[in-house]
Amino acid sequence: MKAVYLDNNATTQVAPEVLQAMLPFFTDLWGNPSSMHVFGGQVRKHVNQAREQVAALLGADPAEIIFTSCGTESNNMAIRGAVEAAGENVNIITTRVEHPAVLEPCRMLKERGHRVIELDVDSGGCLNLADLQQALGLGKAVVSIMWANNETGVVFPIQTIAEMVKTAGGIMHVDAVQAVGKLPIDVRRAPVDMLTLSGHKLHASKGIGALYIRKGTRVRSLLLGGHQEAGKRGGTENVPAIVGLGRACELAAQNMDKEIKRVAALRDRLQQGIVNTCPDVQINGDLAHRLPNTLNISFQYIEGESIIYHLSDCGIAASSGSACASGSLEPSHVIRAMGVPFMAAHGSIRFSLSRYNTDADIDYVLERIPEIIRKLRAISPFAPQ
Amino acid sequence: MWDYTDKVLDHFRHPRNVGVIPDPDGVGEVGSMACGDALTLMFKLDDRGRIADVKFQTFGCASAIASSSALTEIIKGMTLDEAAKVTNQDIADYLGGLPEQKMHCSVMGREALEQALENHRTGKTSKKIIEGKILCRCFGVTEEEIARVIRDNNLTTVEQVTNYCKAGGACGKCHGDIAALIASIQDASPPAVAQPPPAPRLTTLRKIKLIEETMDKEIRPALQKDGGDIELIDVVGNRVQVALRGMCANCQVARFTLKNVVEAKLREFVSSDLVVEEVVS
Repeated sequence: MKAVYLDNNATTQVAPEVLQAMLPFFTDLWGNPSSMHVFGGQVRKHVNQAREQVAALLGADPAEIIFTSCGTESNNMAIRGAVEAAGENVNIITTRVEHPAVLEPCRMLKERGHRVIELDVDSGGCLNLADLQQALGLGKAVVSIMWANNETGVVFPIQTIAEMVKTAGGIMHVDAVQAVGKLPIDVRRAPVDMLTLSGHKLHASKGIGALYIRKGTRVRSLLLGGHQEAGKRGGTENVPAIVGLGRACELAAQNMDKEIKRVAALRDRLQQGIVNTCPDVQINGDLAHRLPNTLNISFQYIEGESIIYHLSDCGIAASSGSACASGSLEPSHVIRAMGVPFMAAHGSIRFSLSRYNTDADIDYVLERIPEIIRKLRAISPFAPQ
Repeated sequence: MWDYTDKVLDHFRHPRNVGVIPDPDGVGEVGSMACGDALTLMFKLDDRGRIADVKFQTFGCASAIASSSALTEIIKGMTLDEAAKVTNQDIADYLGGLPEQKMHCSVMGREALEQALENHRTGKTSKKIIEGKILCRCFGVTEEEIARVIRDNNLTTVEQVTNYCKAGGACGKCHGDIAALIASIQDASPPAVAQPPPAPRLTTLRKIKLIEETMDKEIRPALQKDGGDIELIDVVGNRVQVALRGMCANCQVARFTLKNVVEAKLREFVSSDLVVEEVVS
């Protein structure tokens, strides 16, 4: 059966070049980079090189990159570490549409007595920067706002937001898990203090993340008990995954502008094709500020999990913001925060592309979708017959 | 992916008896868009009083569609008395079982069947007859409905109740009530649930903080679910001044909620002498 993978915001295929780069570190180069002998010393060089490769993609200094185990760890370290270092009276500002890896640490800190402000979004999933300005006026704040939303692909104006936060004397963390590798990012231009990225979202392996920490930013460590990562994150380095992440960042930087255009063209063709063949659909997320690879679309009168299962039967992988698909009883908090009505929220599907998708993939999906939608609507009590 | 049986997937992929009957003898409609699943069931009797034809339409996930389809196969050919004895467990068993978190799909089938039978008996067509006290406001589930799934399925935990009828699956405010109901039915001491803290003497600052916390934890989630919100404007002595926002701002039900729910919660968690007032701001 044909397989078309359109769930790249969930995870991506490891690039063959990345796998090749990783393999020697499972066989010949297995030393501990901290060791004083040659087994360790030669491995240390590769870890350093990977740090340079990650830094290069972000416009950072290699000394500002900390390797972690995943995006969730980076987000926890950034938020909890910065709040702890800033003291009791610091406020926390975030948004209602963040990933749980940001929302949950914020809510934990709220229980410990910090004031937490979750900014609202409009129907397009965009922030009102006047709200942020007002929140910044309440006192010193650690701010954590995502660069791009995992569900809708909506991109926040991080350059402007970071400038506002810095002017107000706050500390700015950005969860850029969905943006790194998909958008040009340069921390020399955007004055963010910390930035989270995750390896498996950009064709590296799972189990590796990084946190950019601008020089001079005070962050308390989460993992104590080791001198690694300049004492900021203890634990023996996951060397194969670190080397893979370095290679993945290098690959992402190559032809980025060209790839962005190509992937956006595929996404736009998928979107237009669905709109042309399926009545009663709505696109979620502001079209003007969206990741090039993401399409979040609601099919009225039918439920997301059913759509996902039928797509899966055809070899097509996508995901849904419906309650059932998420394993909870409520639809996606992101879609609901945008005020999308319940029915459309339950019928929302996310297609997310990668550099490995082709025109043929899109043709195949467009060939299959109308039939699936028609079939499910024929069962639905809400669909106009 | 869910651990669905082959039978569930077969009924999902090839649902039986989809559609409507032009002149049905009984119709049941349950669920809603907001809840994420809904089922319309209709049947036609033959001249011996047996269910000769049955059709359904479902909005919902794979197991909701499969449960509806299975139900139609189960009751086809039954007398009305036989059909009245079908339980949600019969539907789940017919499918070789459902994942625990999806048992509410089988309950939806049983409820639709009951309503269709009731509709046949009395001619009533109301979508949902609310009888008794609503315990779970988020999903609109009554005490009676919860008691029914507890008895039918011998449930012993709040989590199971949520899996079977969704009650308690959102804000969690009703968990204590559900636990008490389980205890009264299963004739045991109630499972432990968090007790509200005892009321100490409050400074104004402490009072405001407690009010804010209570509003965040106990009140706001339910309002936000309906697209509304509540804002604390001021606390003057024992008078708590609030403003309704968003969808709640123009809603009479929300106004009722304000007096009956918000005030009750604040009295329970903060101080028993508080009075809630709505102010325009």
